[in-house]
Amino acid sequence: MTAENQALLRVRDLGKSYGGIIGCAEVTFDLWPGEVLAVVGESGSGKTTLLRLLHGQLTPDRGDVCFRDRSGDMVDVHKMSEPARRLLTRTDWAFVHQNPRDGLRMAVSAGGNVGERLMAIGARHYGQIRENALDWLARTEIDAARIDDLPATFSGGMQQRLQIARNLVTQPRLAFMDEPTGGLDVSVQARLLDLLRGLVQELGLAAVIVTHDLAVARMISHRMVVMQRGRVVESGLTDQVLDDPQHAYSQLLVSSVLRP
Amino acid sequence: MTMAASQETLVDEGYNFAYLDEQTKRMIRRALLKAIAIPGYQVPFASREMPMPYGWGTGGVQVTAAILSPDDRLKVIDQGSDDTTNAVSIRKFFQKTADVATTERTEDATIIQTRHRIPETPLSEDQILVYQVPIPEPLRFLEPRETETRQMHAMSDYGVMHVKLYEDIARHGRIVTSYDYPVLVNGRYVTAPSPTPKFDNPKMDSCPALQLFGAGREKRIYAIPPHTTVKSLDFEDHPFEVQRWDQACALCGAEHAFLDEVLVNDQGERMFVCSDSDFCAQRRAAQNGDTSELEARDDR
Repeated sequence: MTAENQALLRVRDLGKSYGGIIGCAEVTFDLWPGEVLAVVGESGSGKTTLLRLLHGQLTPDRGDVCFRDRSGDMVDVHKMSEPARRLLTRTDWAFVHQNPRDGLRMAVSAGGNVGERLMAIGARHYGQIRENALDWLARTEIDAARIDDLPATFSGGMQQRLQIARNLVTQPRLAFMDEPTGGLDVSVQARLLDLLRGLVQELGLAAVIVTHDLAVARMISHRMVVMQRGRVVESGLTDQVLDDPQHAYSQLLVSSVLRP
Repeated sequence: MTMAASQETLVDEGYNFAYLDEQTKRMIRRALLKAIAIPGYQVPFASREMPMPYGWGTGGVQVTAAILSPDDRLKVIDQGSDDTTNAVSIRKFFQKTADVATTERTEDATIIQTRHRIPETPLSEDQILVYQVPIPEPLRFLEPRETETRQMHAMSDYGVMHVKLYEDIARHGRIVTSYDYPVLVNGRYVTAPSPTPKFDNPKMDSCPALQLFGAGREKRIYAIPPHTTVKSLDFEDHPFEVQRWDQACALCGAEHAFLDEVLVNDQGERMFVCSDSDFCAQRRAAQNGDTSELEARDDR
């Protein structure tokens, strides 16, 4: 089995409209294991719709999303049973929200947040769950002494790192991230990106990262797609698209970036 | 559980047997049958307004009314006791509306309606235990959305329940949840045992009596059929444990009963006594070799 040579996620002709308004249309791409794909575009260009379609939170009007599971079979994300999809979302997949409050249980301690996925898939040994939680707090640079503190007492950057720890504890193979650095100031952003890049390399994690920040895309992604009004207008290697944008909209996007 | 055989025996004219009309009782029985068929599953039912406030056992009263027959002998307990307000008023209610025989002796009762306790005396196959339930949804405080909790039940998606227990251990070093301790019924549905102390959880497991749960305000009925496995959730390294007391009942000397702490004077002196008043009284009578007091208490 040469899983490395096969796409992890295969998206074909994906479309979704909200009444007469196009959410996204004719999106087709493959994602390989260990690859990071950035989806860029302005507000309202369909980035988040696309991400939610990929993750199965929204049902597409047309097209399909297939994921290669651990046994090597391609499964259609939108045709599998709800329990199977839920299992997938908490084992092989990660979803990082822009606002950590959406992805964390704010009334549950940091350790409980990290341990939830483990308990959901049947871990019943308190000591081991806690050990795992400590390990992941360390990996995401959160002080072990904060394990029993509520996320509400954490800074924004720490909350975001906790959300990442909580998602990666089951060793997923694919992460969906919606503006993971959105609400953070630049120095915290840089640290988080550094951390993410390290984790992605270390775990061989594939990721789809939605962002409007081209610098984030440049730093973390291998390939990128540029979206405008729900359609992909350009795709290619990140450096190639950013250094030599072909489509008029990509050119506008690249030239709009302020340089201090 | 037969239909009301006759309605001539009514003490108080103007009410149907056991207060509820026959159609309502049929509706509740249908919900009960479904609940028994799916152990631990919460069946919605069209809960009625009862002549008592929510929180006083309107769910339990409706279940009891639906299964009551004129031949039944009813026992009502509140916190284990036969003579507290809730128990007395519900017992009176059924005496008035159904003219049904009542008892305080656990072993003589055919139906026992309870709030917060399971009697210490082991139950038998001829008995039905009816619980009054305030919040039937064990996941409620973890997940406020009803649509979501239903999904979670449908998919046995119960990881979050253990997060609650994890939090207990992380904060207090042990599982401190002491009542309404979540159980897994028949290996399938996580169920709230109503606010009974976790001391009583082991009694629910493989209990020969039928256990029915009614939540009036929340409009849910669920059941644990006889001889069904009921497992209290726990961790491998923090197994389920029941409460213990370092003294025996001050009145009857029982060592393995659930004890209430009672303040006895203004100096703060206190004593521990059985919460199950019938159990305690029977033990004391046996110790004194005198049963006349108990017989006098019966059939009041």
